[in-house]
Amino acid sequence: MELKYDIVVIGGGPAGMAAAIAAKKAGTDSILILERDTRIGGILLQCIHNGFGLHYFGEELTGPEYAARFSDEVEQLGIEYKTDTMVLEVEKGEGSHSVTAINTVDGLMKITAKAVVLATGCRERTRGALIIPGTRPAGIFTAGAAQRFVNIDGYMPGRKVVILGSGDIGLIMARRLTLEGAEVKLVCEVMPFSSGLRRNIVQCVENFNIPLKFSHTIVKIHGKERVEGVTVAAVDSNRKPIAGTEEFIECDTLLLSVGLIPENEIASGCKIAIDSATSGPVVNEHMQSSVPGIFACGNTVHVHDLVDFVTAESLRAGENAAKYVQGKITANGEKIILRPGNRVRYTVPQYIESRTQDGNVSIMFRVTDVYKDVYLEVSSGNEVLKSVRKKVVRPGEMQVVELAPDQIKSASGDITVSIQLPQEVAE
Amino acid sequence: MIYDVAIIGGGIVGACIARELSKYKGQFCIIEKADDVACGTSKANSGIVHAGFDAKPGTLMAKLNVEGAAMYPELAKSLHFDYKNNGSLVIGFNDDDMEHIKKLYERGQANGVPALRVIDGEELHKLEPSVSEEACGALLAESAGIVSPYMATWAFAENAVMNGVKLFRETEVHGIEKTSDGLFTIHTGKSDIQAKCVVNAAGLYADQISAMAGARDFVIKPRRGEYYLLDNKCASLASHTLFQTPDKMGKGVLVTPTVDGNILSGPTAADGDDKTATETTAAGQDEVFIKSGKTIPDIPRRNIINSFAGVRALAYNADGTPVNDFIIEEDSEVRGFVNVAGICSPGLTAAPAIGLYVADIIEKIRVAKWEKNPDFVGVRKGIESFKDADDERRAQLIEENPLYGRIICRCEMITEGEIVAAIKSPVGAVDLDGVKRRTRAGMGRCQSGFCSPRVTEILSRELSIPMTDVRKNGGCSYILTGKTR
Amino acid sequence: MMENTIEKIPLTCIICPMGCSMEVTVETDASGHKKVTGVKDNGCKRGEQYAAKELQNPTRTLTTTIKVEGGVLPVVPVKTAGEVPKASLLQCMEVVRRASCKAPVKRGDILLYDLLGTGINVIACADVAKV
Repeated sequence: MELKYDIVVIGGGPAGMAAAIAAKKAGTDSILILERDTRIGGILLQCIHNGFGLHYFGEELTGPEYAARFSDEVEQLGIEYKTDTMVLEVEKGEGSHSVTAINTVDGLMKITAKAVVLATGCRERTRGALIIPGTRPAGIFTAGAAQRFVNIDGYMPGRKVVILGSGDIGLIMARRLTLEGAEVKLVCEVMPFSSGLRRNIVQCVENFNIPLKFSHTIVKIHGKERVEGVTVAAVDSNRKPIAGTEEFIECDTLLLSVGLIPENEIASGCKIAIDSATSGPVVNEHMQSSVPGIFACGNTVHVHDLVDFVTAESLRAGENAAKYVQGKITANGEKIILRPGNRVRYTVPQYIESRTQDGNVSIMFRVTDVYKDVYLEVSSGNEVLKSVRKKVVRPGEMQVVELAPDQIKSASGDITVSIQLPQEVAE
Repeated sequence: MIYDVAIIGGGIVGACIARELSKYKGQFCIIEKADDVACGTSKANSGIVHAGFDAKPGTLMAKLNVEGAAMYPELAKSLHFDYKNNGSLVIGFNDDDMEHIKKLYERGQANGVPALRVIDGEELHKLEPSVSEEACGALLAESAGIVSPYMATWAFAENAVMNGVKLFRETEVHGIEKTSDGLFTIHTGKSDIQAKCVVNAAGLYADQISAMAGARDFVIKPRRGEYYLLDNKCASLASHTLFQTPDKMGKGVLVTPTVDGNILSGPTAADGDDKTATETTAAGQDEVFIKSGKTIPDIPRRNIINSFAGVRALAYNADGTPVNDFIIEEDSEVRGFVNVAGICSPGLTAAPAIGLYVADIIEKIRVAKWEKNPDFVGVRKGIESFKDADDERRAQLIEENPLYGRIICRCEMITEGEIVAAIKSPVGAVDLDGVKRRTRAGMGRCQSGFCSPRVTEILSRELSIPMTDVRKNGGCSYILTGKTR
Repeated sequence: MMENTIEKIPLTCIICPMGCSMEVTVETDASGHKKVTGVKDNGCKRGEQYAAKELQNPTRTLTTTIKVEGGVLPVVPVKTAGEVPKASLLQCMEVVRRASCKAPVKRGDILLYDLLGTGINVIACADVAKV
């Protein structure tokens, strides 16, 4: 089956929905969202806890409610979407790209698109990637997979649970499983601090008296057919287990919340430049990748903490995809590279296409460690374009800094975003 | 029902013997204690079809290795399992190594290994650019190959079943009696099974089975070997199977592509007493990683997607001396009882040849010649792969079976059509690992994180069992412990 | 007469994802009655209100699922339409576990009234169509 659209959005989660909505409002009508699940809404559909939308809507919503705001608008705007549909590949071309997708009703589809928006989200890091020693019994789940079983299918993954990783998903599941009657015996975190929100440490772990151990990891999984327990050990400053600190904890379930990785199978397939620091596509301020007409937004670009930021970024991507289709985006060759400086792990976007901007450019970034009483500095050459005092910055909390058009115009070369200690700040 | 031959053990060896016997008239059965075939050593090994230069000349190992290796290409085609004739290289780093390699070459010649030659460093690096610069030469064996050992086991077992062999699953043998009329009564956890001949292909437990029958006294000791598997984006690191020569660190490890496009490295060799010990260890994983680095420097450890361990069966005589060969013989005391034991490396390679060899042994026991089974069909159609098809064929597959239009395992591009076929096939999958071994669903980068909820639903639906009864791999390996509401 | 005891307690505000690390001054009188007399390092006014409430009568929103009969999904995500006492969360779950509703369910439908006598209703957070 051959189809043609101006814009194809791959992924119908919060990123894809926002991009499609923005594209439609920006004047492009021919849009198709392709979603692999049976409904649009994305991972939010299983995130039944609240905390979503405080920035964007000014209200605290649950995941499904936040998703519904957007899926309702997708319906109201009459944006086409196909569910239960998997994109197999995107082939980049001159002037248009070819998206190959399948589902049980339409069969194999070859869709020509003037622009493609990649909104494919992220995946969870696995036990295999961590090389955790021990047996390979039933009862080991990534936190997201367990969350799906509990919240969508209505099944319990286990009764006595140990959770590795204190990221938000692990903390949320600690509470969820406890509420559903399981005993969460321990949340174990290899770093000396949590990558999750402090509010989640309080309301998910402390409030339920669940033990939380920092600088600890799992060194062995036990159990022939089903998990029977785990051995936990303390780790040193290099995150290596300290001999003699091992402790056996009896349990029947191990949940892994050990990191999210942008899902960029399709991006790699069409040879888009990938940033090794984010594992996502390199993008400019339009959320356009290194391939003209292929845009990306949401967790597929870099893993977010707040869906509100996903929405903001994705609205931008969709609007620009529409502008691209309408021929309104031109590169004038005045590219400025954005560099992660001291104590900054990465920036998104990775470069600014045009020195001349109509409005502010938002730069999102993450820091490498927890720093208190520091200065966020945006500089170009020897000139400091912007300096903001920060009480505390954490790796688990994405930061944003906005640059005004005149600040960008005045940049003498690359722009560097860094965290400076008070003694490093120029007089 | 009195079976002509009852085969105890549904691994690659038992499956090959069964398939061979199914060519003839008679009643045959496989008795497997796990819920599926290939649940023991057959699912966790290197997957190598060895050329045959390693086995000691004059041994059964050597003879059956070379014969078996020659049988694989044709069998892979007719029984539809993945096999690749990628060739192997034993790599040398110094003069001592090259001496050893020369000896292997001579041994290979004695064993009748075809297409074997010693090459220099230049040719080696042309063939394998990622191999260490320190490597100075190699033994090239062009007849070597790689195979998916569990797919092959399934293919042989299924063809056997299609041709009338009965497969008893989750049936553990507890005792073997020979009655005065010469018949064997096999006592199992389920019902008794009667047979004229018994073949003991019970792998790690062959010693116990032999003892049950009062036959030859030998001991099977387990040797645990750890492996790691690299993401398929690292596939270009090796095209041949790369062996090392033993050095002061002991026996080396291999680095090999797999038929599925991954890179596999291992095994270690840890001898112990626990036949069920299939755990990986931090030390073992470090050992494989460090040793593999000798062959291919700079293997990206962050691209490891999985690690596993398999246990192989080493045979020892009652006096404690190693047998150092396959034990394949009719027992001298218990007539009609055939031991097929101690089938460690090159067991996978030899298995098809073991099938022929054992069929001959049994023919002599029966005294009467085998009569051909007129209904025997030696060809098996496996499950057509969506991923391997071109766009035109993919479109057709979905038209013929809409379930091919739903991707379940996104990492390996496996469709619901293939998974349902794996469950419904004559020796069908009954649990998640069974689906994984037949379709590869769950073997990719995300290690079933995405597909396992969906595969669980499909198993529940197709087997008409509640979700809470779905297991990972038999026994009490339940995935879910209850409903929330 | 005994002096009131004054302590400074660290408290993470959980009102929003900022999770401000506040310092709360708590005064305890002779009869053991505690009162929040000062809040520092709160990012906004809500933090002050949270501190007082958390000390006297900590409450939480409960988010969970309720069984659906005859729907395309077996459970529907729900939330309490306000906050219930923190100490009652597990008891609330007992009630929720025994409850069920019939499809179709619409977002915002009240599925349980006056949960555990708290005066708080439980509402659906998503639609579930009929099979």
